[in-house]
Amino acid sequence: MIRKSLLIWITIIISIIFIFRLGNLQLSNDFYKSASNNNAIQELAIYPERGLIFDRNGNLLVSNQPMYDLELIPENLSEFDTLELSEILGISKNNLINKIKDAYSYSRKIPSIIRSQITREENALIQEKIWKYNGFYLVKKSTRDYIYPVASNVIGYIGEVNPNELEKDEYYKKGENIGKQGIEKYYEKELRGTKGKKFLQKNRFNKVIGPYNNSSNDIPPVKSKNLTLTIDAELQKYAEGLMENKRGGIVVIEPQTGEILSLVSSPIYSLNMLLGNKRSENYNVLLSDTINKPLFDRSLQAQYSPGSPLKVLNALIGLQENVIDTNTSFTCNGGHYYARNAFMRCHNTPGTISDLKNGIYNSCNTYFARTYKRIIEKYGTSAEGVDSWSNHLKSFGLGDYLGYDLPIGKKGFIPESDYYDGLYGENRWGASTIISNSIGQGEVLTTPIQMANIVSAIANRGFYVQPHFVKKVDNGLINSYERKYTSINKENFDIVIDGMFDVVEKGTARIAKVNNLKIAGKTGTIENFTIINNERKQLTDHSTFIGFAPIDNPQIAISVFIENGYWGSRWAAPIASLIIEKYINGEVNRKWLEQRMLNGSLSEEYEKPYKFEIFEINE
Amino acid sequence: MNNIFSIKYDLISLSIYFAIVVFGLVNIFSSNYNENLISFLDISFPIGKQVVFVLISIILLFIILFTKSKFLNDNSFIFYFISIILLLGLFIFGIKAGGARSWYDLGFINFQPSEFVKITTSLFLAKYLSIIQTDLSKNRDLFFISLIILIPIFLIAIQPDPGTAIIFLAFLFPIFREGLNIKFLYHLAFIFFILILSLSIGTYFTIVLFLALYISYIVYETRSKRKIKISKFVLTIFLYTSLALSTNYVFENVLEQRHRDRINIVLGKDFDTRGIGYNTNQSKIAIGSGGFAGVGFLKGTQTKGDFVPRQHTDYIFSTIGEEWGFLGSSFIIFLFCYLIVRVIQRAEKQHIHYRRIYCYCFASLLFMHFFINIGMSLGIIPTIGIPLPYVSYGGSSFLSFSIMFFIYLNFDSSRLKES
Repeated sequence: MIRKSLLIWITIIISIIFIFRLGNLQLSNDFYKSASNNNAIQELAIYPERGLIFDRNGNLLVSNQPMYDLELIPENLSEFDTLELSEILGISKNNLINKIKDAYSYSRKIPSIIRSQITREENALIQEKIWKYNGFYLVKKSTRDYIYPVASNVIGYIGEVNPNELEKDEYYKKGENIGKQGIEKYYEKELRGTKGKKFLQKNRFNKVIGPYNNSSNDIPPVKSKNLTLTIDAELQKYAEGLMENKRGGIVVIEPQTGEILSLVSSPIYSLNMLLGNKRSENYNVLLSDTINKPLFDRSLQAQYSPGSPLKVLNALIGLQENVIDTNTSFTCNGGHYYARNAFMRCHNTPGTISDLKNGIYNSCNTYFARTYKRIIEKYGTSAEGVDSWSNHLKSFGLGDYLGYDLPIGKKGFIPESDYYDGLYGENRWGASTIISNSIGQGEVLTTPIQMANIVSAIANRGFYVQPHFVKKVDNGLINSYERKYTSINKENFDIVIDGMFDVVEKGTARIAKVNNLKIAGKTGTIENFTIINNERKQLTDHSTFIGFAPIDNPQIAISVFIENGYWGSRWAAPIASLIIEKYINGEVNRKWLEQRMLNGSLSEEYEKPYKFEIFEINE
Repeated sequence: MNNIFSIKYDLISLSIYFAIVVFGLVNIFSSNYNENLISFLDISFPIGKQVVFVLISIILLFIILFTKSKFLNDNSFIFYFISIILLLGLFIFGIKAGGARSWYDLGFINFQPSEFVKITTSLFLAKYLSIIQTDLSKNRDLFFISLIILIPIFLIAIQPDPGTAIIFLAFLFPIFREGLNIKFLYHLAFIFFILILSLSIGTYFTIVLFLALYISYIVYETRSKRKIKISKFVLTIFLYTSLALSTNYVFENVLEQRHRDRINIVLGKDFDTRGIGYNTNQSKIAIGSGGFAGVGFLKGTQTKGDFVPRQHTDYIFSTIGEEWGFLGSSFIIFLFCYLIVRVIQRAEKQHIHYRRIYCYCFASLLFMHFFINIGMSLGIIPTIGIPLPYVSYGGSSFLSFSIMFFIYLNFDSSRLKES
């Protein structure tokens, strides 16, 4: 009886269809759930103030200041004069139109940033006229305030998250800031804290009508942490001053703790360049300066040949391997034939007999070539000799990242037997093939911070502490750094340190002598080459110096590297000694030297290769 | 007079009725909830008014249960006549709201006669069909029956309130039950499909499809037995072809844009979430956000944010969906389904035709409202603004459906008493 049961069946079927549809909407379809949340609940992030940064003496370096973003909700846009607005904002009309288009395609309801980093002064100007432009409004944000603008390369900078970073970390939302470089990047989590969330209920006109669910879903923000750096701001500023018009790096470490007192990379840029509306313009200038490379941290990333300072390590290795002792002497004939027709020159007069101390303070190439030959040939094969030598070097932290708390760095390079096997073939090379390593001109590459770390280990007579930049997070001291012992016995250091002391007292770095202060050091003068028009061309030598003071109770270890500064004693040693004097004595007495270093410029030297004419080096 | 407690009633249906009513009140309260509304009894809010209607309906319950069913039968034409007069009176005394002249202003509340016409039409149709002489195979009787239904449809459609007018198609169910030739339903179904198909897949394809089906049906019929009148064959083809051809014309030129939009949304032709599909889409979002168990009483963000328009009336189901989730929504669907089926099954037990047909009319109207309202909220049929019985806010709708239900209770208990 279809007539009697028709409506019953239709009712049941329709009910079943409804329940299926309900299941489809409510149980299997996340789209409608998230659409609802976008629709009715506005999520408001609450940002804790970014952590402050202090120097080791408690001086405030980095704080925060208000900045404004001009945002647009495309939905609320009405017709306006784009030319006028672009003039107020100081951006081009096309740029403005493109930004509005981008905002549209991102979302009609969610605000997009049209111009960020509007300063307080500009804000006043824009605020006056903003009423004319529906949909646009100013949002107060916070940005960095560089109270004591030093150590840009250490502190680093913050910037808007890029799509890459957005993808990597779900914490960030479009338009937020993130540490991009330096401490700001490495300690991003501590400095930013954790943002909180506030949920607001909106009505269908997109108007907020109150807190959502009595604020019970709100998440309070977690306070950020303040950082105390190991950097001594005053010393840093002094060192930066000395590096003006020179290229290179300075690294100053407190040997006992591994705390980095100063880290300079020159040329120096100011973090204030990266604030305000000129940010991207300035950033591009910094980025596109491929000659000076200001964003390239020479103290952490530049890999140079170590030069003569490596002789100190070779001496230590020689002693440790028992191939020389404190009395071993070699005769120098103004150089040394290390193979047939292969002569390594030395600046000593022919016939000089050097013992180890003499060899160090006179920087005798012959002495170390002979020592190096003994190290390599101690074992049955050169391969074993090289490997033993490179293991000693590695125990000083060479050839690898030092593990410091900055996001950038380079490993440098310490060759092993495999490397030479690959280069020359197995058993087809020997000590004479790689003799340049004896004077730091071979395949070894180091960064200035690695060199400073070596000095630290020598000053400590056999161990170093991992260099680092942050002393305290909030008020908690960071004590987790352990001593790392080198493979050289403690007693072997004394004679080498004596030699290094003589370098300053009566050797190559007499200019670095400071009255009443026992400084140990070693200069270096490093040959280097560049490629101009596909031609390998030698440039003026790099000037380098490593040292520490005082000898008996080392408080400061330093490595200075000045590109194309010629003799180590010409630039690097004086600059290092001024920094040592400044740090230990608090003031510098040798004003004449200070003036010479502050005013000295190597700009002409740096321009030489770019003048496209024949030039003289090592003038 | 009998003692009211000695009479048997359909207590299960009555319980379902009250369950739905209470659930409705809870959701009306929620959909208008804000910081100013703290009580169910605040007369300045819809919820307070609805509570008053519920109280009135309880009084009506007792009045109607004591009324003799014969009284309703004898006076059904007078009720019908009065209600038609009230519909006509709207064109002079009615007030306009929401674009339609559908209400009388009674001071504290507006009165919508088209809701009450559903009762009187049911009663009168039941009476007419139950007259022994009425024969559904006779054209004269069919004509009168059509008139009973078409007069209110026409008067309501020109208010204009096409949504309520469509509800009167529900009366096809009781008429079919009483013996309407099935070919009418075939034709109705055919017309319906031709309308849908020519709008969604195009006129010419529809015509080709129709011809192919119809001719193969005719060939089958002639081969099996009977002869087909050529004239009838040609007439059918002619009428359906012109229907298909005129559909698009009517759609483009006679219907208003909002009607076109609503139809387009359901046919899946448009997807503009901010524009015309907004209501349906918001409703779907609200329901979808409920999940399995719902977000909880007064917790619905869509409901609070007023995203769904007319939420305490036509879109009340979206509040249910959001706050009570799949469980609550399925439960209310189950209650309606059970009530409708129960009314029909108990109607079938009636020996008096008049009562059976009335109960059938009531079940059919209930079904149409249930089908269209929830179907609309779920986005499976076009937006047609009609309330969900007993749940949506609105005095006229609530009271007329309550009265219909009480009359059903009366008829059902009369049956129990007599047997």
